[in-house]
Amino acid sequence: MSILVFVEGDQGKIKNSSREAVSYAAAMEQSPVVALALGSFQATELETLGTNGADKVLHASSAQLDQGIIQAYASVWAQALEQSDADTLVLAKSALGDAVAARVSVLSNASIGSNVVELPDTSDGFKVKRSIYSGKAFAHMKLNSDRRILTLNKNAIELKTDGESAQVEQFNPELNQQDFKVTITSTDRATGEILLPEADIVVSGGRGLKGPENWHLIEDLALALGAATSCSKPVSDMEWRPHHEHVGQTGLKVSPSLYIAIGISGAIQHLAGVNSSKVIVVINKDPEAPFFKAADYGIVGDAFEVVPKLTAAINSSK
Amino acid sequence: MKILVCITHVPDTTSRIAFTDDHTKFDSNGVQYIIGPYDDYALARAVELKEELGASITALHVGGPEADPTIRKALAIGADNAIRVNVQGEDSYHVAQQIAAVAKEHEYDLILMGRESIDFNGGQVHGMVGALLNIPSISPVMKLIIEDGVAHMAREIEGGKELVEVPLPLVAGCQEPIAEWKIPNMRGIMSARSKPLEIVAPIDSESRTSTLKFQLPPAKGSVKMIGADQVEELVTLLKNEAKVL
Ligand SMILES: Cc1cc2nc3c(=O)[nH]c(=O)nc-3n(C[C@H](O)[C@H](O)[C@H](O)COP(=O)(O)OP(=O)(O)OC[C@H]3O[C@@H](n4cnc5c(N)ncnc54)[C@H](O)[C@@H]3O)c2cc1C
Repeated sequence: MSILVFVEGDQGKIKNSSREAVSYAAAMEQSPVVALALGSFQATELETLGTNGADKVLHASSAQLDQGIIQAYASVWAQALEQSDADTLVLAKSALGDAVAARVSVLSNASIGSNVVELPDTSDGFKVKRSIYSGKAFAHMKLNSDRRILTLNKNAIELKTDGESAQVEQFNPELNQQDFKVTITSTDRATGEILLPEADIVVSGGRGLKGPENWHLIEDLALALGAATSCSKPVSDMEWRPHHEHVGQTGLKVSPSLYIAIGISGAIQHLAGVNSSKVIVVINKDPEAPFFKAADYGIVGDAFEVVPKLTAAINSSK
Repeated sequence: MKILVCITHVPDTTSRIAFTDDHTKFDSNGVQYIIGPYDDYALARAVELKEELGASITALHVGGPEADPTIRKALAIGADNAIRVNVQGEDSYHVAQQIAAVAKEHEYDLILMGRESIDFNGGQVHGMVGALLNIPSISPVMKLIIEDGVAHMAREIEGGKELVEVPLPLVAGCQEPIAEWKIPNMRGIMSARSKPLEIVAPIDSESRTSTLKFQLPPAKGSVKMIGADQVEELVTLLKNEAKVL
């Protein structure tokens, strides 16, 4: 039985989180690992999935699949599961991936384990450890069907980069017009920006920054670190920052290696979205800010003074 | 227009998360239960749509009688009637089958729910319901307008959003800023008492997963404080001690 891995692109490049998902499948040591890519990609880009552990890439290159139409993707994944004789489908958690996976679990009679944080335990059945209560706990679950789908949190596995190049095979699924009732009329995606769920380092700003005009502090530090930017809920509520940057209980849940919180008090609902980060740095002028209790490193100080110094220190340490 | 809003009954976001019975049960001691915050957004948008276009709103919950106060709150916020499928939800698929059965019977134009529950965070139920009913499912939806039987939506994607159009019926998993949360007023609370809450028996359905055990994350070690004028030291620690730079 093979393992199928759905890989997602962003502006023509395979997302890092998808490469992680391929590495995860490879680490399950149940070959072959077959990656599935939909829509336009350069073959040379797809071949590189081999370095992450893919043995083969199925490429459904129809232009109809350039846009992520949830229902159509679900039909194609289900067909790919059949075609590749796979009992496991792995993918990185994402806005599109999650929405499609749910439908595929119905179409393909699969158990689904979402927000999985480490390799499965297959010693007795198929067990996964998943994040629940917005990162405040874990559940060990048994997936009981013969087929299963795993959606992975970031950092569920170390990225593998030492594999061979993979062979790319054209895949021609049947496309049913019934699946294209949804029309995507426009896409508004900030270009050049590092995607928040993909980022290994995240620099986040809260209400302590006083206004959107001060966001250069956050952006400069993020640039120095090669990081993505995020914010607390009031910041996106007041439209200082776009909504897709909002992290927490009601926003995106992130688990980067390093999360730097600046001028954020650390309300429990904010922590819910960031507490699975490996290392947390907090910069806040209030020594009593609750965030310090959840931090690994803390600086009590005025963001307007500390952050430019930190940015300079990072730049000069390179 | 007939709208179904599916609501979860979940621990308040400030709840202490703990487990009992050798880590096999959630410890609900002293925990306040609420409508899931994402479901609350879905409900708020449904109430707005009712005001804009005229609609009937049914609130649906799959679960036991302990959720009745939460369901009454949905009625107080503006649902016209409610249905509770009387069975403890076992997993997303189990719940989705129950919702799909109710939806098949009543034929709603629009099925709204939160993008995910805040207890298990699966984010799967809307897609499963869509697949079971063979209608489109869209998530996470941050804007929803209905015009001449067509839903115009903004769906959040990484780094931005996309605008989506789809004819009804459909299932949407909602999130902010689709609407502002609504706080029930006195009249709403009074009228909720007499609105119908129908308790229906579950259909035969299966679950595909079983929860074996819960686990809490390891306690955070104590924070290392660094002087505001010693940012170089922070950089050194992040490089050499934490090894994240
Ligand atoms: C159901 C529910 C869901 C929620 N979901 C979320 C969520 O998903 N995400 C989220 O973030 N919040 C969420 N919240 C809101 C949350 O409770 C807090 O209100 C919010 O996180 C506070 O944001 P903040 O830390 O930016 O602002 P504040 O709490 O106002 O904190 C500002 C901080 O900045 C510090 N500060 C001020 N000036 C400076 C300076 N010059 N230098 C350094 N520090 C400074 C202050 O000391 C303070 O600690 C939710 C709330 C509810 C009820």
